[in-house]
Amino acid sequence: MDVLIGQLATGLSLGSILLLAALGLSLTFGQMGVINMAHGEFIMAGCYTAFVMQQVASSAGVSLLISLVVGFVVGGAMGALLEVTLIQRMYDRPLDTLLVTFGVGLILQQVARDVFGAPAVNVVAPTWLSGGVEILGAVVPKTRIFIFLLAVACVVALATALKLSPMGRRIRAVVANRDLAETSGISSRQTDITTFFIGSGLAAVAGVALTLIGSTSPTVGQSYLIDAFLVVVVGGLGQIKGTVIAAFALGFLNSFIEYNSTASLAKVIVFVIIVIFLQVRPQGLFTIRTRSLV
Amino acid sequence: MRTSWRTRGAQKILGRWQTWAGFGVAAVLLFGLAPAVLSEFRLSLLGKFLCFAIVAVGIGLAWGRGGMLVLGQGVFFGLGGYMMGMHLKIADAQLRGDDVPDFMQIAGVRELPSYWEPFASPAFTLLAIVVVPTAIAAALGLGVFKRRVKGAYFAILSQALAAALAILLVGQTSIGGSNGLNRFRTFFGFTLNDPANRRMLYFIAAGVLLIVVAVVRQLMQSRYGELLVAVRDGEERVRFLGYDPANIKVVAYTVAACFASIAGALFAPIVGFIAPSQVGVLPSIAFLIGVAIGGRTTLLGPVLGAIGVAWARTLFSERFPSEWTYAQGLLFIVVVGFFPAGLAGLGVLLRRRRRAKPTAAPEPVSETDPDAEKVGAST
Repeated sequence: MDVLIGQLATGLSLGSILLLAALGLSLTFGQMGVINMAHGEFIMAGCYTAFVMQQVASSAGVSLLISLVVGFVVGGAMGALLEVTLIQRMYDRPLDTLLVTFGVGLILQQVARDVFGAPAVNVVAPTWLSGGVEILGAVVPKTRIFIFLLAVACVVALATALKLSPMGRRIRAVVANRDLAETSGISSRQTDITTFFIGSGLAAVAGVALTLIGSTSPTVGQSYLIDAFLVVVVGGLGQIKGTVIAAFALGFLNSFIEYNSTASLAKVIVFVIIVIFLQVRPQGLFTIRTRSLV
Repeated sequence: MRTSWRTRGAQKILGRWQTWAGFGVAAVLLFGLAPAVLSEFRLSLLGKFLCFAIVAVGIGLAWGRGGMLVLGQGVFFGLGGYMMGMHLKIADAQLRGDDVPDFMQIAGVRELPSYWEPFASPAFTLLAIVVVPTAIAAALGLGVFKRRVKGAYFAILSQALAAALAILLVGQTSIGGSNGLNRFRTFFGFTLNDPANRRMLYFIAAGVLLIVVAVVRQLMQSRYGELLVAVRDGEERVRFLGYDPANIKVVAYTVAACFASIAGALFAPIVGFIAPSQVGVLPSIAFLIGVAIGGRTTLLGPVLGAIGVAWARTLFSERFPSEWTYAQGLLFIVVVGFFPAGLAGLGVLLRRRRRAKPTAAPEPVSETDPDAEKVGAST
């Protein structure tokens, strides 16, 4: 029973990390159809933002909260810049976008390596997050709970913004029917940039949170990127609830398989399960129904 | 189609003559000039580049002609390399009279793991190098393409496969862990210290490259080649015409995988090691850049691009590691973003300009595909 609770907690924690990393992708990939391989580097940018803020601010407790906000802006600005300079020209060539943004990612990694050095750096977790909480006999670190709450907060904020705010309505309108949205007076260019800003900003927020559970190196983003993409693929394009369910499902799956075998084998087994899953639902868990062939 | 059906027959004859000439030139360069001019070390280096070129030919088929972005060719490259490596390690151990390869002895393993045992047989190893990746690619391809998973989904899945295999290999100490397999002493009975034998390996790689190019050329000249390009440019239309695009794509994907595996199997003895670092996401994507630069829809573009990029990497990456990474990133951005047809696209541009003049000569198309300029529509 203790083992079960422990594995559930690990799965929940892994799921919330995946969710944070994939949430931004579900906007840029899911809603806009852009495969942004530099997304991982936006996560990395968030990690280094947290690192820099900690050097600047005196107390670790405050710097974490500041860097969540600063990270969002930094990541968002990088994403918007990428959209304006490169991605905007290539909306009709999604596969080429993948390779171009991979090149951007390579450059950003090297920039991080040249600025911060290749060895990993550490961000000190604030004192109010040290220690653990006992839940049903299993001790769960507070940092993990913080990440879970942060993921929930991000999902709620994003869902609310998309559902209720005028900006969210514009984003949904452009996703649903670009031409019709333009006809109604919405600037689809403006909306694309906004969507990209939010998606990339969320990646950086994920990065800030990741500093709590691991060290920061120039390749930190790479390690989360593929998992995040798989979450979006399994969840289905265009819907946040799919991403949420897929993130936690993959989190639980991973932690339970890992417990019964090894970490490296778990990755392979999860991959096989995903391919089998796509046999049943090639479009992922949830999709917006259309009559188009593509 | 820029060419009408009438001129096409004439072009095929013309193309055949020119292709043979091209093959002749390539054969003279690879078998005559290179061994005569290059030192022992450089020849073996060129052999390594030729391995990458073999992978590139397959990627050109699957990606350039078929529109499938194969981000996981490192998987098949690694499979071939590891299977060859396992056989070489067992052969070395048998030569010394040991039961297990040297790295297992150090780790204290006294008995060969069961999945190693079949690779003691050279015939089985050679067969497995061709059959295993083909079977995996066919199974994965059928599973994915039959369900109409395509475009970005397929690209991500193939990349996830590369990541998964690399992680799996690092975790298995019984196959060398993150060090991989290295220090091969013999190659099917030939000692690798002997320069003559290393030269033989180079000749094998060069021969395989020529064969692989010829296979792809035949595929592209056939009805199948037309269908593959048609699937790339309008999958739904091909389906409505009564073909199953999935089968067409699976063939190209499987052939590409098979090429990558053979290349890996040659890479291991030529370079002397095979490791998870050759398998993962980064090397898998790195295969693509040469193809993109050379011209993904052409026959020889990927070959020249792959050799060029590999040569540049050897030249610069050790002396200027940081600058090389920047250059690599910039290459992806500039070539794929702004010149998707690659260097071969320049040739097409020039030719078109020449054709615009009234006295233009009949267009010598053979290596380049008539659809070279339509690279963009590759979803």
